[in-house]
Amino acid sequence: MTDVARIWSYLSTEPLLWLTCTIVVYVAAEAVAMRLGRRALANPVLFSVIIIAPILWLSDTPYETYFEGAQFIHFLLGPATVALAVPLHANLRTVTRTAGPILAALLVGSVVAALSAVLLAKAFGLPDQVIVSLSPKSTTAPVALGISEALGGLPTLTAVLVILTGIIGAITVTPLMNAMGVTDWRARGFAVGVAAHGIGTARAFQVNELAGTFAGIGMALNAILTSLIAPLIVALVL
Amino acid sequence: MINAIAVILSCQLAGEAAARGLSLPVPGPVLGFVLLFTLLWLRPSLAESIGGTARGILAHLSLLFVPAGVGVVGNLDLLSRNWLPIAVVLVVSTVIAMIASVATFLAVHRLTRGGND
Repeated sequence: MTDVARIWSYLSTEPLLWLTCTIVVYVAAEAVAMRLGRRALANPVLFSVIIIAPILWLSDTPYETYFEGAQFIHFLLGPATVALAVPLHANLRTVTRTAGPILAALLVGSVVAALSAVLLAKAFGLPDQVIVSLSPKSTTAPVALGISEALGGLPTLTAVLVILTGIIGAITVTPLMNAMGVTDWRARGFAVGVAAHGIGTARAFQVNELAGTFAGIGMALNAILTSLIAPLIVALVL
Repeated sequence: MINAIAVILSCQLAGEAAARGLSLPVPGPVLGFVLLFTLLWLRPSLAESIGGTARGILAHLSLLFVPAGVGVVGNLDLLSRNWLPIAVVLVVSTVIAMIASVATFLAVHRLTRGGND
């Protein structure tokens, strides 16, 4: 065995390699996204996945091995969900002033996001397990995984559908809102938070801080609401 | 920073324990979020000690989604068999959810605007 092969066979089974790989690729993806002027399509999550997935494929690394390293980052999704209480508390006055629009937009956005996905998927004849896995797709990842598991979906598929939804929301929100002529940052941010969770929220923070705050609120409230309505919607449609 | 981590993780832990123990339909981190918000509401001074760390985690929120996103490699088979309907479902439902949500927000805002902003 050559030295390189020996080093590789050691490192490839240790968490360090894939943890480092994830962070380094993300830092590079962020830098590229920044260089591209934070354009909608320049999404760091999308770039990172596009780079890391082929690396795993070419090095014949199973996802489970990759995840042993990457789980340390994945774990932070839980604390990040808890941490959302901080910007919500800091902006409490703005939020309570707009409580009416927030609650109405939450209810409509949340139901439309889950119901339209489940109905469309059913119309296209997708397998039931895929339909169930789609139902929490607008919810932030740790919550969506819990919902999917509880309803008999495939949590790993849900994770991918959630990420894709986030990327789609982050890419489409700016052109969509501009085309609709929406200038209220609170409304723009809230809508992308409800429809496209944390990735949409990250995008909203890039564009405008008020939009980002409202996106975070939309994401947090939608996580609570979807865990209550997704079981009803799935039971109704399937 | 370590205090902030202790507070945040304790909230999450309490949330997980409550969600499992009482078999609530709401996931643990969401209950942790509600708990932390309640603590901040009761003791606003807490925001000073945990604010920095919380914002630090949230500033790199995108990074946290990468490991789950790479999970696409484990689902390539299912996705490639159904890629077109799945793509249509995700794009259409995400866009109409945003339209419905933003339109509702603006409509209710217009109805309820009582001269306070």
